[in-house]
Amino acid sequence: MLLYVTQQFVNALSLGSLYALMAVGLAMVFGILRLINFAHGDLMMVAAYFAAFALFANLPLGLALVLMIGGTMGVGLLMERVAYRPIRGAPDVAALLTSFAVGQILQNGTLLFTRLIQKPIQIAFPSPELLNGVIAFGPVTVPRLNIVSLVTGVILLVLLSLFVTRTTLGLSMRAAAEDLSAAQLMGIDINRVIATAFAIGSGLAAVAGLLFAVQAGQINPYMGFTPVLKAFIAAVIGGFGSIAGAVVGGYVLGGLEVFLTAIPGIGDILPVGFVSPEVQAFLKQWLPASLTSYRDAFVFVALILVLLFRPNGILRRREREEMQ
Amino acid sequence: MLELHDVEVYYGSIRALKDVSLAVAEGELVTLIGSNGAGKSTTLKAISGLLRPRVGRVQYRGQPIDRLPPHQIVALGISHCPEGRHIFGRLTVAENLRLGAVQRRDPDGIRQDRERVYELFPVLKERSRQLAGTLSGGEQQMLAIGRALMSRPKLLLLDEPSLGLAPLLLAAIFDTIQQLKRAGTTILLVEQNARLALEIADRGYVMETGRITLAGTAAELKANPQVEHTYLGT
Amino acid sequence: MTDLRRAAGPLAAILGLVIVLALLQASGLAYWQGLFINLGIFLILVLSLNLSSGFTGVFSLGHIGFMALGAYGSAILTLPLREKQEYLPNLPAGLAGVHFDFHLGPFPLGFLLATLVAAVLVALVALLVGLVLMRLSGHFVAVATLGFLVIVRVILFNADHFTRGSRTFSNVTPYTDLWWVWAWALVVLYVVRRIKRSPFGRAMLAQREDRWAAQSIGIAVMPPRLLAFVVSAFFTAVAGSLYAHFITSFSPTVFYFDLTFRVITMLVVGGMGSVSGSVIGTVLVVGLAEALRRIEDATLLYGMSQIILAVIFILIIVFRREGLLGQREIALDRLFVKGGEPPS
Repeated sequence: MLLYVTQQFVNALSLGSLYALMAVGLAMVFGILRLINFAHGDLMMVAAYFAAFALFANLPLGLALVLMIGGTMGVGLLMERVAYRPIRGAPDVAALLTSFAVGQILQNGTLLFTRLIQKPIQIAFPSPELLNGVIAFGPVTVPRLNIVSLVTGVILLVLLSLFVTRTTLGLSMRAAAEDLSAAQLMGIDINRVIATAFAIGSGLAAVAGLLFAVQAGQINPYMGFTPVLKAFIAAVIGGFGSIAGAVVGGYVLGGLEVFLTAIPGIGDILPVGFVSPEVQAFLKQWLPASLTSYRDAFVFVALILVLLFRPNGILRRREREEMQ
Repeated sequence: MLELHDVEVYYGSIRALKDVSLAVAEGELVTLIGSNGAGKSTTLKAISGLLRPRVGRVQYRGQPIDRLPPHQIVALGISHCPEGRHIFGRLTVAENLRLGAVQRRDPDGIRQDRERVYELFPVLKERSRQLAGTLSGGEQQMLAIGRALMSRPKLLLLDEPSLGLAPLLLAAIFDTIQQLKRAGTTILLVEQNARLALEIADRGYVMETGRITLAGTAAELKANPQVEHTYLGT
Repeated sequence: MTDLRRAAGPLAAILGLVIVLALLQASGLAYWQGLFINLGIFLILVLSLNLSSGFTGVFSLGHIGFMALGAYGSAILTLPLREKQEYLPNLPAGLAGVHFDFHLGPFPLGFLLATLVAAVLVALVALLVGLVLMRLSGHFVAVATLGFLVIVRVILFNADHFTRGSRTFSNVTPYTDLWWVWAWALVVLYVVRRIKRSPFGRAMLAQREDRWAAQSIGIAVMPPRLLAFVVSAFFTAVAGSLYAHFITSFSPTVFYFDLTFRVITMLVVGGMGSVSGSVIGTVLVVGLAEALRRIEDATLLYGMSQIILAVIFILIIVFRREGLLGQREIALDRLFVKGGEPPS
């Protein structure tokens, strides 16, 4: 039982890291621009494709990573410049819808590209050796990927936190997220700040994309859609617009998902005599498979509940004021 | 130093300013008085770049600045301390001050100026590590002014520094503003508290519903019966 | 006298439509018939979304979820008894016995009833959903409704007994034809137009401009929004039923994001808040999409049509956010009226 719990715990943390990485990017952009960038998930997808093709070309892993992150950042910055900057100041919903349009362009652009080079829609991802297999810690075996996700996530998040708290640019970003007009009056060049938010968010999404791709084993142009929804939920749970909140939300969501998936296992794993045989049978009958597949729905119900009752997220934060 | 010529500013389709022309000479303390909604804050925003005039020119030291983005206007030496303070509540006092100097590249100069701000407002030094949102109204006003000073501005735009302050604090703040003027900063002061403003100003303008209705030296305005009745009455 | 003149414009348009439909039906050109059926179904979807989102400015991204429920609901109802037993063997007893495949003479009454029943049930669901979600605003309600779309999809995938899960639901009787679709389309057009002109409609438009101002002068914010939401869900479900009985086989994947975005594009192109705009937007986008699809088939550049539509969408949002018509209408009722008489 303890073994099972530990393994699931590690799973939760590693999934949480992925969600946190993606949620942070969303939160950074939302914090400053009040824009929910649904194309964020497609950045993740684009990164996976960059990585796949770099690896297919037998480039060394380091170079592939650089290309992947750099390419994704480029796409992110282009997205900001071409699609979002012209509509700054527009109502929130307009920006949200635009982000869907951008996503469509990225998805179909990738689809078109794969057609042109005559690859199928769904491509098997060439996972690097480093990320395959399992590591054993005594009796506990954990997929190497999970450890890497967890460690990478934590390192990147720590670096981000240092950046945001210790550097001038990071300070400017926090100021801009709190009060954009006042930040402008300080002499902060908000174009630069916004571009930085997009660049960092894209970079983090790229890493998440790679890890997702390895986990899924294959990539397709639509793989970014569900993750971005999850990332959004994570960000909202933690308190939308706050980076710390996004991190917390990511891990909470990871935990929630693993918990919901793991529940079916409980019926089998409970020690004999822990609950009466009737209850055990009951659990087995009603909780198998069904809960896992309803998992996504539950996650959205959680989102709606949070939006209704704790719109500022678990970490309570005041809504920011705006100068006109 | 600063000139506005026939400035018109719109909020969407609503005209907020019409035919606004004013001037501030170097070293002067000029005040803009008028009741709520007269357009005083809008005027300052048109100068600092948060709003763009649809018609008219804003010139600073002979150079047109009405098409520049706010951060470039700050770089020219204009600092706007906005109405309602707008300090960054989730950042510390020290971080707020640091942000005031965000464009500067001289760490020694920045440190000097920070010390000067702490001298002016000792309570800020005490609270330098506290989150700005936990400060009282008066302290936040001091922080806002201090922050605006951190860029070593040549022209300081102050918007309603008296808002929400207790009388004792008011006197102190206005004292400080006078000190700044004496030290050589040019100041354009927007104020609802006309009495205090005219006490310390050299010249003034009166605004009503988006237009400038009166102009003159502080003495002239104080003596003006209309001004006395509308803005200085008890 | 003026009333007759005013009615002349719309009546002429309807007559024109009837003639076109009759010609199409007679021509036997299946391709064009299909295109016009598609056009009609999309029109209903866009008008419904317009009613809910366009007037109130509050965006529902989950509307296609209602379409899905309408499609599955009505299809389950109209399946003839034998098919039902073979195809959906695990339906609960009550439903398994119901089969709305009866006719009144040549008229497929069962189809109409199934459509109505399904739509009413969906409207009830919408009432519940609306009560919950209408407290939110701006982009949060948009995302929450997107959540609804996902939830519906997950439920459809899992409710095997009812929907056959991820397997294709086929064997649906092809009741839908040009007349059904356009009759419904005209009904929806009329209803939405009337609502727009009614006090309710004016309240909704006011609400869209400024929620707080509307509240402060006493316009109750909740009821108009909720009503718009429920009515639009009703018609969206009707569209779902029409769709189901047109393509006769489908699965939950159809009712997801691509379709949502397509409908939103039509809405935005035409102009949120304008009924005529919705018509124009739908025609333009369906026409363009079809033309592009043919080019795609010819050149094998699949995905290109979506990209072009997305680019057009962005261009409209950036350069002409209110869409082609904004909130204005094409006054058909002015067509035969001289001078400056205002429309009713």
